[in-house]
Amino acid sequence: MTLARVVANVVSTEKHSHYKGQKILVVQPVDPEGKPKGKSLLAVDGVQAGIGDLVLVVDEGGSARTVIGDESAMTIRTAICGIVDRVDIEDSRGAP
Amino acid sequence: MKLGRVIGRVVCTQKMECFDGLKLLLVQPVDENRKDAGPALVAFDMARAGEGDLVFFEAGKEAAQANPNGWFNPADAAILGVVDAISDAGTPSRGVSRT
Repeated sequence: MTLARVVANVVSTEKHSHYKGQKILVVQPVDPEGKPKGKSLLAVDGVQAGIGDLVLVVDEGGSARTVIGDESAMTIRTAICGIVDRVDIEDSRGAP
Repeated sequence: MKLGRVIGRVVCTQKMECFDGLKLLLVQPVDENRKDAGPALVAFDMARAGEGDLVFFEAGKEAAQANPNGWFNPADAAILGVVDAISDAGTPSRGVSRT
């Protein structure tokens, strides 16, 4: 799982049947401090997340299908599985 | 899944049977601001997309699962939807002009 920020909502009418009724969001991966890291990607929402939320994103097919509760949706790979309330980081992170 | 823009069509006469009847399109990955993000790739189309359309596509083994000719095929990218609009905080939905 990775931390990411929800940045946009995707609206699509013509789409594969596996995505019917699913909310698709653009998420930007972030580091623990909240700074953007790497390229944005699209994820199916399993936890009613919204724009601006810090979320947990799972980028593995089997896990993503568990999140949305549809084991037969074989084309789904990325899903949001949690909304992060808080991240606590040790001050001495990285020190022995 | 990633966002992409369809920038062309790829025509193959000689190809594996599992790709029969599928439309192959050239896709330029883009970010949510429609800026190019990485090199273009070829994906088969499952969403009736056309040139100029903003789409979302899946790469990896999940793409092969979308092939209607069976799951045992070497596809590694599939267009799964045409994007009508992308909305972000504070701005209304931005429609996509179709060409």
